Amino acid sequence: MSTRDTEPEDTQPPEDERPDVRSPLNIEVHNSEMTVTRRNFLTRVGIALGGLSAALLGGPVVAFLVAPLFRRPPEIWRSVGKVADFRVGETVEVSFEEASPLPWAGVTARNAAWLRRVSDSEFIAFSVQCTHLGCPVSWLAGAKLFMCPCHGGVYYADGRVAAGPPPRPLPRYRVRIQGDEVQLLVSEMPQSPPQS
Amino acid sequence: MNIIRRLWLWFDDRTGTSELLRPLLFHPVPPNLGWPYVLGSATLSAFIVQVITGIALSTAYVTSTADAYNSLKFITEDAPFGRLLRGMHFWGASAMILLIGLHTLRTFLMGSYKFPREVSWLSGVVLLLLTVALGFTGQLLRWDQTAYWSVIVGAKQAEQVPVLGEALGNFIRAGDTVGGATLSRFFALHVFFIPAGLFLIIPLHLWMVIRNGISEPPSPGRPVDPKTYRAWYHEMLRKHGKPFWPDAGLPDLVGALTVFIGVIVLALVFGPPELGKPPDPTILEAYPRPDWYFLWYFAVLALIPPALESAVIVLGPILFMVVMLLLPLVANKGERSWRRRPWATGIVTGIVVMVGTLWIIGEQAPWSPAFEARQLPTPVVSTLTGPAQRGAQLFAERGCLQCHAIAGQGGRRGPDLSTVGSRLNREQMIVRILNGGVNMPAYGGILTPEELDALVAFLQTRKAPGVVGGGSQGP
Repeated sequence: MSTRDTEPEDTQPPEDERPDVRSPLNIEVHNSEMTVTRRNFLTRVGIALGGLSAALLGGPVVAFLVAPLFRRPPEIWRSVGKVADFRVGETVEVSFEEASPLPWAGVTARNAAWLRRVSDSEFIAFSVQCTHLGCPVSWLAGAKLFMCPCHGGVYYADGRVAAGPPPRPLPRYRVRIQGDEVQLLVSEMPQSPPQS
Repeated sequence: MNIIRRLWLWFDDRTGTSELLRPLLFHPVPPNLGWPYVLGSATLSAFIVQVITGIALSTAYVTSTADAYNSLKFITEDAPFGRLLRGMHFWGASAMILLIGLHTLRTFLMGSYKFPREVSWLSGVVLLLLTVALGFTGQLLRWDQTAYWSVIVGAKQAEQVPVLGEALGNFIRAGDTVGGATLSRFFALHVFFIPAGLFLIIPLHLWMVIRNGISEPPSPGRPVDPKTYRAWYHEMLRKHGKPFWPDAGLPDLVGALTVFIGVIVLALVFGPPELGKPPDPTILEAYPRPDWYFLWYFAVLALIPPALESAVIVLGPILFMVVMLLLPLVANKGERSWRRRPWATGIVTGIVVMVGTLWIIGEQAPWSPAFEARQLPTPVVSTLTGPAQRGAQLFAERGCLQCHAIAGQGGRRGPDLSTVGSRLNREQMIVRILNGGVNMPAYGGILTPEELDALVAFLQTRKAPGVVGGGSQGP
C-alpha cells in the first residue's frame, strides 16, 4: 500500500470531522454512523458466511477421515492349519489374513499369533503384540517365556506378566476347531484374560 | 543500459519488488549478534532441504503398503542419485530437529521470548511440535519392519489417553490394525497437512522478527520493562543499529551454506539409514528402534515405573506444551541474561544432562533381552564337568543368558553373573531363581529340581579371581 496520496498524519483533522476517505481497495467509504453500523453488520454476515464455507468444505473431509473408525467387520474366522499339524505342548507361530484387508495392503494384510496345542482338543492363541506398547514378542521354547525386544517385557507360558513394564497378560484370540482345521476369530481384537 | 537491467526496472516498477524488499534487507538490527543468532535461519535452511528433496523423492515413492518398501529399495539401489537424495532427506531431517532444538534452547537461555516477542515464542513452539511430528511421520514412510512396529507403538501410546484413547489409536492406524489405509494416511500427514501448517506459521514467525526486531544480545542488569522496552530498543537501534544485510544476513547465509554442505557430505559419506526387513507382521524377529532423535524417549518408555506409565505418556507431553505456551505469558519481563536467571540455566542444564543420559541408555537398551546370545564363551564351558557342565548348558537354553552376562557374553537386563559364586551361596541362589525378583521371572514352574541343582552348581563355579570358598556375604 502506498502512502503517497494520503496526507501526512499530523495535518489530519479529528476522526469525526474527517471527510470521506478511500479505503486501500480504493472504494469510497462514507464516514457516518449509519454506514458503520451497516459495515459492522455486513462484517458479521461475512464472518458467518466464511464459517459456513469452512463447515461446508470441512464437514465431508472430517467425515471421510473419521468414518473408518466406526466400521465393524463381520465375524470372520481364519484357518491357521490342520489340527494334526500341531503337537501337544508346542508353541508355534501361525499366520493368517486380516479380517478385511484392502486390496493394496500387501504383506501388511497378514498377521501372526503364537498358537499352542494344550491338549488333543484345546488350543490357545496368543497375540504377538506386547501389552506394553505393542512390539512383537518372541517365544523362547527353552525358557518357556515370551520376551519382548523393545522395553524388556517378559511373559510366562500362560501369558501372565513375568517381568518388565507390561500392564496386562498377553491377549488371546478366540480359537475353534472346525472339522480338522484350527481357526482364529480375527475380526475381533484379542483380549487379555485377567492377571491372576 | 543492458536489456536485463531494463527488464528488471520494468518488472520492479510494475510490481514494487524492491520497494517491498529494501526495508526488509536493510532494516536496522542490534550490533554484535554473534553465531547463536544463526540457529533459526539454519533451521529454515534445513527445512528448505527437506522440501526440495522431499518433492523429488515423492516422484518415485509409491504410497501403498504393498509397494512402498520396493519403491524405497528402487530409490536407494537403482535410481540415479536416489541414494544421495534419500540420504539428504534423512540428514536434513536430523539437522532440522537438532537445529530447532538448539534454537529453542538459545531463545530460552537468552530470554528472547520476553516482551514484546511472546508471539515469536508461541509460534516457535507450534513449529517445534510440527517439526517433531514431521520427523515421526517421516520415519514411518520408510516402510520397513521398524516403521510397521513404530506405528503400532505410536498408536498404543495414544490408546493410553482416557476415554478417547481407542478412537485415537484407531485414527493413527486408520483402523483396528495396521493395513492398507495406514501408510496413505501418514503420507498425507507428512507431505500435506504438517508442511501446510509449517507454511502457515513460518511467515508469522518471520514477520514477528521484522515487527519486533531481533532481540539484542542480553547483558546482566538490563531487565526488560514492557513500559519502556520498545522506546529503548528503537533508540538503541537508531544509535547503534546495523543494516540486516550484510551484518546479520551474511552470517545467516554462511549458516545456510554450512547446513547444505553438511547435509550433502553426510549423505555422501554415510548415506540414508538402511532399509530394514520388509514390513511383514509375520516376521517376529524384530528390534524396533526409533531414529536417533526419539531414542531418549524410547529409554523413557522403558524406564518409567509401570504404575506411572500412562500418566507420563499422556500428561508428559500435555504438561510440556502447557509450560512452553505459558512461559512467555507469565514471565515476559525482567532479566534476560542467563547469568541473572539461575533457574533458567539450571533447567536447561538439567534437560541437557537428562536427555543426554537417556540418549546413551537408549542406545545401549540394557533392558532388552539379548536374543542373539546363544551360548556361553568356550573358556567358561570347556573346564566344566558333571552337573556344572549341564548347568552351563541350561543357563543358555533356559533364557538366563538373555538377561544375564557371564564373561562378557549375554544380556544386561539383570546383574552380571561372572562372579556370582562369590556373592551368593547355594540357598540364596535357589531362592532367587525359584521366586524371581523385581524384573526376573520366577523359574519355579519352569525348571525341574535336577535342572535347578545343575544350574546352581554351575553358578557356584563363577567366582571372583582370588576369592576362595563359597560366597556367604549375602545378596
